[in-house]
Amino acid sequence: MSVDTTRAAVPPSRGTAARRASSQLSARPRLRLSLLLAAPLTWLVLVYVVALAALLVSALWTVDSFTGEIDRSLTLDNLKEITTESLYRTVALRTVGVAALVTVVDVLVALPIAFYMAKVASKRAQRILVIAVLTPLWASYLVKAFAWRSVLSDGGIFQWAASPFGLDTPGYGLTAVVITQAYIWLPYVILPIFAGLERVPNSLVDAAGDLGASPWTSMRTIVLPLLVPAIIAGSIFSFSLTLGDYITVNIVGGANQMLGNLVYTNVGAANNLPLAAAIALIPIVIMIGYLTAVRRTGALENL
Amino acid sequence: MILSSTVRRVLVALTGLVLLVMYLPLVVVVINSFNPSRTLTWPPTGVTLEWWRRAWESEGARDAVVSSVEVAVASTVIALVLGTLMSLALQRYRFFGKSSVNLLVILPIALPGIVTGIALNNAFRGILGIQLGILTVIVAHATFCIVTVFNNVQARLRRMGGSFEEASADLGAGVWTTFRLVTFPQLRSALLAGGLLAFALSFDEIIVTTFTAGAGTTTLPIWILNNLFRPNQAPVVNVVAVVLILVSILPIWLAQKLSGDTEALR
Repeated sequence: MSVDTTRAAVPPSRGTAARRASSQLSARPRLRLSLLLAAPLTWLVLVYVVALAALLVSALWTVDSFTGEIDRSLTLDNLKEITTESLYRTVALRTVGVAALVTVVDVLVALPIAFYMAKVASKRAQRILVIAVLTPLWASYLVKAFAWRSVLSDGGIFQWAASPFGLDTPGYGLTAVVITQAYIWLPYVILPIFAGLERVPNSLVDAAGDLGASPWTSMRTIVLPLLVPAIIAGSIFSFSLTLGDYITVNIVGGANQMLGNLVYTNVGAANNLPLAAAIALIPIVIMIGYLTAVRRTGALENL
Repeated sequence: MILSSTVRRVLVALTGLVLLVMYLPLVVVVINSFNPSRTLTWPPTGVTLEWWRRAWESEGARDAVVSSVEVAVASTVIALVLGTLMSLALQRYRFFGKSSVNLLVILPIALPGIVTGIALNNAFRGILGIQLGILTVIVAHATFCIVTVFNNVQARLRRMGGSFEEASADLGAGVWTTFRLVTFPQLRSALLAGGLLAFALSFDEIIVTTFTAGAGTTTLPIWILNNLFRPNQAPVVNVVAVVLILVSILPIWLAQKLSGDTEALR
């Protein structure tokens, strides 16, 4: 990197306040560090950490059903409600089921394309493919869900393309939710798996081939076991992001509800923030459980 | 790696298929914005600019664009300042709790949007008693935009090392002069790339926005969501969706060109 030397004239030393502050700062790295950290850390702690902590506390509050006022005495009523009411169990199981299915679909789709990108494509093609995979990741989440609403609609392109084969659009429902979510989170799964495959040495696979293993056998016994942490890293994204979704379900899910819908209704229409906070704990607890379970595989270093 | 030509061909076909499925829905939205059919049936029966004209004349959509730009600009500026300070601190110093601070920067984007959304909604409304509005959206967006600036600036700082800054200090330049004449010029393109990404991220965010926007504030994604289920608005929503695709993808291309690597986009 070149530095423009023509402009790099250092102004002469003056006895100004700025100059004094500057020499104070040069002598004290700890002071410099505190000044750098003060603003961003205050912001993140005040806005975010405090908000998350407050969320946990307010799950223990209740709402007076007559006045709609929040009662700030701590009780376990909300937690009792979400663990005993069958509605929450049904919706939680449905949400986990959808998230698991989305993850399986994404991993199955991501494996061949990531393998092609990492091991077969030329360096130039690889660069282009990485950009091609990354770009849709940045297109709006809402637009992607909306796009699938158009694709799967009655008289839409899916029906048009499938009708010659005697098939029909799945319409709006849980199938559409799984398709759309798998589509939205796919780049998040491809990228860690691609990165993981790049770290698998070609020589291992070649050696397996030299010793008589078929491509399929060396894939199954050499590449896949080495790839497990990367696959789990990818699954963390698709699983976690699907658990919290409620927009996609609204747009392509028909009348189905997921945990996110229950949270949203309780924040808005039902005006029961404490119950919403308690429901939001379900995906958090599931995610913490999942992360703890996979921590030993080394997946977290692959994120 | 040695692969039989059949396996190779299958892989090429599968890769092509996946890319096709990745881009097809977006292309359908773009084509549908010129589709004269009101119900957006496929295949299109002709080409019309009617919906683009109507979207242009729609006051609600135009107001929403203005709100979105305001929110995106304000949160990008905040994120640029806070993200740069944070990356200078984490890249140039060693201190206790450094990895926790690093995690804290990433957390707002790593947790599901609904958790961030309801936590902030609860903090603003339930605890601070603030009326939700455009300011609360800006605070929320700035919080998760910090990470994009942070990633870009930190990658640049790592690559450029500290020797220029040390040389500048050895030659008698103070802290400000060194930052103004040595550090900042080298960071400029990384800041631009990070800022563009933050802008794009804020412009099309929907989940956190719905929880922090209140009734009076309509950003473009919220406008889409509000009008999505109104049958006679469907074609206009479609046009706005195309605008949203362009506004979010163009900055990414620019940012990618500026930062010169694909690392910055993750």
